[in-house]
Amino acid sequence: MAGLYFFYMAEELLRLENIYKNFGNVKVLKDVNLNIKKGEVVALIGDNGAGKSTLIKVITGVHRPNSGKVFFKNEEVNIKSVSQSRKMGIEAVYQERALCDQQELYRNIFAGREITNSLGFLKIKQQRKEAEKILRDYIGFTSKAITVDSTVMGLSGGEKQGVAFGRSLYFNSDLIVLDEPTMGLSIQETEKVLNFVRGLKNENKSAIFIDHNIIHVYGAADRFVILDRGEVVGEFMKDEITREELVQKMIELHESGKIEVEA
Amino acid sequence: MNNLFNSYFVKTHKLEISITIIALVLFLIYFLGAPHVFTRFPIYRAFMQSMPFFGIIAISATFVVTLGEIDLSFPSIVGITSLTFGMVLTSTDGNFYVAFILATSLGMFAGLINGLLVTKIGIPSIVATIGTLFFWRGLVNVISQGSGIAIVDVADGTWQHAMFVQKLFGKIPAQFIWFIVLTALMQWIYRYHKFGNHIHFVGDNKASAQMMGINVDRVKIIAFVQLGFFSALAGIFTMYEMLYFWPTQGSGLMLTTLAAVFVGGTSVFGGKGTIFGTFIGVLIIGSLESGIVALGLSGFYVQFINGLMITAAVTIYALIQRKKT
Repeated sequence: MAGLYFFYMAEELLRLENIYKNFGNVKVLKDVNLNIKKGEVVALIGDNGAGKSTLIKVITGVHRPNSGKVFFKNEEVNIKSVSQSRKMGIEAVYQERALCDQQELYRNIFAGREITNSLGFLKIKQQRKEAEKILRDYIGFTSKAITVDSTVMGLSGGEKQGVAFGRSLYFNSDLIVLDEPTMGLSIQETEKVLNFVRGLKNENKSAIFIDHNIIHVYGAADRFVILDRGEVVGEFMKDEITREELVQKMIELHESGKIEVEA
Repeated sequence: MNNLFNSYFVKTHKLEISITIIALVLFLIYFLGAPHVFTRFPIYRAFMQSMPFFGIIAISATFVVTLGEIDLSFPSIVGITSLTFGMVLTSTDGNFYVAFILATSLGMFAGLINGLLVTKIGIPSIVATIGTLFFWRGLVNVISQGSGIAIVDVADGTWQHAMFVQKLFGKIPAQFIWFIVLTALMQWIYRYHKFGNHIHFVGDNKASAQMMGINVDRVKIIAFVQLGFFSALAGIFTMYEMLYFWPTQGSGLMLTTLAAVFVGGTSVFGGKGTIFGTFIGVLIIGSLESGIVALGLSGFYVQFINGLMITAAVTIYALIQRKKT
């Protein structure tokens, strides 16, 4: 029932209509339609090359679609850049690639949206202070070895992911896009990440979540959207399908290239 | 002592400290080997006179190298902008403003072309700038037909001449003061301005920088444009010092300038660098020739020792870097 509630009642946050994206002659996305409600976690699943990453990069402004419409908070938008999507309230958390290794944490957290004076010079003190707050309050780093002046190079995968999450919470975004957030993490770190995703719902934030591990996806998402070769081939609410059934669907898809969706 | 070595400042400034020690050792060798030269002022005046010409470019080139890019065309940009400056200055009967604006604009335009070739066409910078290196030098030869331009009549004794190259108190060449001021300014931009910050991120990891909302292409283009501007400026300084344009002007700058950047500790892989290091690199590279001759070695040793210095310095940095990871 919770699923139905979301589907019919909750306010819509993002809607994609008829999105096409080509790279040269390769059609990566073909007529993709997708919507996300407020407070909903949607998992994108599909094989490598299904177009998951391209789709989220369209949403975050890294790529621009060849055709199709994007609506955010019920307004049609034309997302031209990452900084624009951030301003609208879309925040991406990319595994590993989210941070630059040789730069300090306080610079990484604010990269691309530095706190500056009117001449464009960084307010280092303020940036360090805010970064300190993010480390302690949003991420819960207690280790003395990690400070705002640490470079990213020495951090573990989970710590890097923590910084990326902390950053997305701090900037108060409405939609958080998670690209393979558990890849390469230890079991303990993975659990933290999944808890974080579940926690988003309490704050009425939405998320799009890509992960290869169906067990992770099943535990954290409300709805599953299955992509195959650039097309949406199936969509299930969590209460419509068990984990085993979902796995079975993916195997079916892999073997026959088709998926059976019951009406 | 242990505390000192483990302090935060030391940890974060290993490169700067290494390069400073190398420079101090080098000057100590000069001092002990040729006290009759190095305890007197004239050698230092000569250094201060000659170093800024390539030093200004080295400081500016540090931005491009930090991006993980390289610009080999600046010697020819110095050539074409100096030619422009000389031609305009003589044909307008010494109108400095017009000459200055045209020469620096042309320098920025040349930088813009480099930047567009690298970002929009996608040519690796080392290849693109070899092309423009030949192009601008070729244009200098075509226009000048191999002859120089004397600007003595329209430049000597003017206030601009005084501003650029006069000796303060009859001792300190003005260009050295400019060099220090520019170094400080560029250091400030490099570390504390949004642009300098973006230079580091793009050089560190282009894809990540893009995803963090940094306009990678624009950052690269601006970096090449500012190098074009400072190449033109260095050319103008040289013109006021020599009061003459010659068609090969700038062509000797390539190796000394880039050597200063690399000896200074800026990583060729991008993402990490130091303006202060480049400044010290300029002091080292700029002093080698006279230093070696003063030590009583023949001029044939200059390149040999130059090569030794560069190789030793970059080896030390590579080792420091390897220990970190």
